[in-house]
Amino acid sequence: MKRMLCLAVLAFGLWAMPHADARETSMSVQIRTAQLRADPSFLGRVAGTLEYGARVTIAEERGEWRRVTGPNGAQGWIHQSALTTKKIAMQAGAEDVSTAASGQELALAGKGFSSEVEADFKKKNADVDFTWIDRMEKIKVTPAEMLAFLKEGQVVPEGSK
Amino acid sequence: MKFRPFMLPAVFALGAGLMLSAGCATVANVGATIGETAGVITPQQGQSIRKVGEAAEKTFADITPEQEYYIGRAVGATIVTKYKVYDNPRATEYINLLGQTLAQASARPETFGGWHVLILDTDEINAFATPGGFIFISRGMLRLCRNEDDLAAVLAHEVGHVELQHALRAIKGSRLTSALTVLAVESAKNLAGDTLAQVTEAFEGSILDITGTIMNSGYARKQERQADEVAIRIMRQVGYDPRGLVRMLEEMGRQLKPGGMDFAKTHPPPADRVKELNEMLAGVPPVSIPSARTKRFQKALAGI
Repeated sequence: MKRMLCLAVLAFGLWAMPHADARETSMSVQIRTAQLRADPSFLGRVAGTLEYGARVTIAEERGEWRRVTGPNGAQGWIHQSALTTKKIAMQAGAEDVSTAASGQELALAGKGFSSEVEADFKKKNADVDFTWIDRMEKIKVTPAEMLAFLKEGQVVPEGSK
Repeated sequence: MKFRPFMLPAVFALGAGLMLSAGCATVANVGATIGETAGVITPQQGQSIRKVGEAAEKTFADITPEQEYYIGRAVGATIVTKYKVYDNPRATEYINLLGQTLAQASARPETFGGWHVLILDTDEINAFATPGGFIFISRGMLRLCRNEDDLAAVLAHEVGHVELQHALRAIKGSRLTSALTVLAVESAKNLAGDTLAQVTEAFEGSILDITGTIMNSGYARKQERQADEVAIRIMRQVGYDPRGLVRMLEEMGRQLKPGGMDFAKTHPPPADRVKELNEMLAGVPPVSIPSARTKRFQKALAGI
């Protein structure tokens, strides 16, 4: 019966874990590379980057933007679409897998539809050609290039007049 | 370890209780896994607990940005396998400058692998967007655009479909339940052969669901309207003329052949959308388009 008790405690622990809260002060980067900006704006200068899974502390909220401190002390504004309240396990161990099962607190990097599954998909669908997808991903426009493009085309963003 | 029958009801009760209290199907999986690990139930019994748990399905909301990205890549690869890519560096650079800038003004400027645009070498009048921000626009569609603002309208509309995750919503829930609940029982760094096959099968099915929707059946009319709304919001925010969308739809209304295999097949009649757009745009001040902007548009897309 002792084992049964352990099971119950463990299972209850999973159920009782706190749910994601909008005012969470700690969040994770949920994209490959996130831009840290000097100002809370999509035209703000990029002050640094944060990698997938990095935990950040939220210092301030302004609209869709969060002022954060990254793991190495880097500070800046980051758009909320780059963040999740979940923790992200980059290399999941058995414990992480059990916790991630509820889907509420933890996400597993490289699990589910992943590079591993894409590789298996390619094996089974040899006619589907990813060459141009890899090429198009290399086309990246920097915020400075965007600003120059808007200026050259005399495109005036809302609120910047 | 030996199976002890008297513990079985307790494990079932635990799983069922957790399901009810947490309203979460995968908790049942965890209960089943714990039971198996501890040796109180057999894997077969664990499986049946999971089946009960699967009653509550996974949805597109359970897809992480990383998984969305891999779905988008495979759907994109399917599109560029069907269509040839228009390999013109100047035109491609220009359309990425415009498309990626517009995407920054969406509610999801940051996607897992970023926003990217390619031109398809076809006379068909069409544009597609796949999950995570891969956008494809045909030469036929580009020829209908008279200026940069018209083109911005088409791209912003596609950004809208990505922002609202319309393609992910086209995936059948059963596929996601099958693929995503595997996570609950799989702890190895790499998936075992049969598990990998199961997830890949769900992945292939998801790609088919999406390509079937965006290339054949089309989105629901409501979703097209929502993407139009996002397009107007983005164009106004960035500073383009939102009426570019009306001009494009009117032009398509003139150029599309009824029963055609392109945009006409997958979209509501342009005239219906124009009517709704004009209602959305009532009171929005007119935006003038400087000639310098139109000149660079013509230069970048010369010979399209």
